[in-house]
Amino acid sequence: MSAAKVLVFGFGNPGRGDDGLGPLFASEIEKLGLAGIACQTDMQLQVEHIVDMQGRDMVLFIDADVSCEAPFEFGELESEKDSSYTSHAMTPQAIMHSYSSVLKERPPRTFLLRIRGERFDLGDELSSSALRHMEASRIFVLQFLREMNIGC
Amino acid sequence: MTEPGQENLRRIAVDPVTRVEGHGKITLLLDEENHVREARFHIVEFRGFEKFIQGRPYWEVPYFVQRLCGICPVSHHLAAAKAVDQLVGVDRVTPTSDKLRRLLHFGQTLQSHALHFFHLSSPDLLFGFGSNLRHRNIVGVIEDYPDLALKGVKLRKYGQQLIEVITGKRIHGAATVPGGMNKSLTIEERDRLLADIHDVLGWAQDAVDLNEKIHTEHPENHGFGRLNTNYLSMVGSDGSLELYHGGLRASRPDGSNIFDQFDYRGYSGKIREEVRSWSYMKFPYLTDIGRDQGWYRVGPLARVNNCDFISTPLAEAARKRFVAFGNGAFVHDTLAYHWARMIEALHCAESIHDLLNDADILGSDLVVKGEKREEGIGVIEAPRGTLFHHYRVNEDGTIKKANLIVSTTSNNQAMNESVRSVANEYLDGNEITEGLLNHLEVAIRAYDPCLSCATHALGKMPLEIELVDADGERVDRIAKGSNGTITRTA
Repeated sequence: MSAAKVLVFGFGNPGRGDDGLGPLFASEIEKLGLAGIACQTDMQLQVEHIVDMQGRDMVLFIDADVSCEAPFEFGELESEKDSSYTSHAMTPQAIMHSYSSVLKERPPRTFLLRIRGERFDLGDELSSSALRHMEASRIFVLQFLREMNIGC
Repeated sequence: MTEPGQENLRRIAVDPVTRVEGHGKITLLLDEENHVREARFHIVEFRGFEKFIQGRPYWEVPYFVQRLCGICPVSHHLAAAKAVDQLVGVDRVTPTSDKLRRLLHFGQTLQSHALHFFHLSSPDLLFGFGSNLRHRNIVGVIEDYPDLALKGVKLRKYGQQLIEVITGKRIHGAATVPGGMNKSLTIEERDRLLADIHDVLGWAQDAVDLNEKIHTEHPENHGFGRLNTNYLSMVGSDGSLELYHGGLRASRPDGSNIFDQFDYRGYSGKIREEVRSWSYMKFPYLTDIGRDQGWYRVGPLARVNNCDFISTPLAEAARKRFVAFGNGAFVHDTLAYHWARMIEALHCAESIHDLLNDADILGSDLVVKGEKREEGIGVIEAPRGTLFHHYRVNEDGTIKKANLIVSTTSNNQAMNESVRSVANEYLDGNEITEGLLNHLEVAIRAYDPCLSCATHALGKMPLEIELVDADGERVDRIAKGSNGTITRTA
């Protein structure tokens, strides 16, 4: 079976308040059962996720972010050799860079949705503002996918 | 706060340590001659967690504790599950459940060890500690050693797939239930995992060979952060390397036993945790030896030193070469943690192969029931070392008291001692150099410490190094931005 054309990949730790926005978003999209869209979650990005990107036409990463504008920021990414790999967690841009280095091919078009979060401590619940931000971003992403003729 | 007798010490703070989970901070206390008198590695791990878990139903605990860590949630899940087994009066689960849990644990350890070596530590070992920081990382390894990097990717991927098959999910999956497991392994799932296992064995063997070569051919690595310490680990009833269930063995630096085959449910009589004013993390020590000399190391180096043999042939052959390197005595080199870690990864790969070919693994007898108890203690050998979960419950089944000793806590004193040793060798008394930072990180990274786990929102990972004099004045500061640039401000 061939891989779905689009991968929606939410990452973050659901046990740490708004850090769970990414996985929750991906789960919500998965419930819609949209054609050609695969959904995946993980606590953090790591280099092995290049394998999950392989064979896709497009990848959409979703992450909580304390530094972006509310309710969300969205944009297409370029491969970038940054310093994030000095931690256990990598950025999507660094994953793209690893993709082309290891697999010797261009990575699929990749977008990042950054949803504004507020609190990230262990045991925190999702904040009400984060839920509002997620809903706004969900509407936007579904519209974006429609315009790209994905999931129809 | 400055403790008595340390008024004339200067302070150098390194905050946080990169390429370890979460955030840490190193404080070096210097005397007036710029010798490092004391090293303090600060970690905020699990602060308040034990309080936070109080009042939750015991059956939720194995799932809740997975939230502690993005790298080894399965380790916490299984340690808590073993404790919960005792809370429901079960001392032994069915053979199928036991083997499924072991399979899960081997998959977890394999992927965690692969992450650590290939993605976090191999840059230090392959490029040298003093090499360009911008190249000394996983992407640098990918560029210069693409075949090696790809093996690392695939090893970790395999471990992750195994976890997903057994737990059903990548994050916070459901695997255990009180007294057993919640689902069988299907023939299709087993066959899917078997399809790649021979490749996995080959990659793991290559990783052992590479580490052996790195260590034996680089004598400069031997003294780096070396400590003659006590060691603590579980061993099997026959003295074999044991990661899931066994008795506790503690050994002196000369290899003689302090205790052996000790039932871990009595751990509080053998281990005491000291609190120090400057750290959130406790300092455990072996009560048989005492507070000053009773600190110990856990993890791969402790386990491979402590065991009498390894039950799988390839890993046992590798262990024998490891022992020969130490001329039959314990190997105390801190960087030998990496070598021991890959021997264990090979053992995990062999054990996964064996378990997948064991008929019990497809069984359907999964749960045992018993009479409820008030106390449960679960211990496993997590990738980073011995992990203790201890719970007491109220009559309504809610948690009354929780105590966790994680491997990073057990290695606390050892990390401080290794940092002190390395800092004394590489510190230029007047300046915080990038070289010093590099070497301190290499020493800490050998222990694979897991700090406050998995909050990683983009833009939250600055690196700051600060120099504070005896009067409390900051005289130097280095900040490393998210783009890798380093700026110094006086």
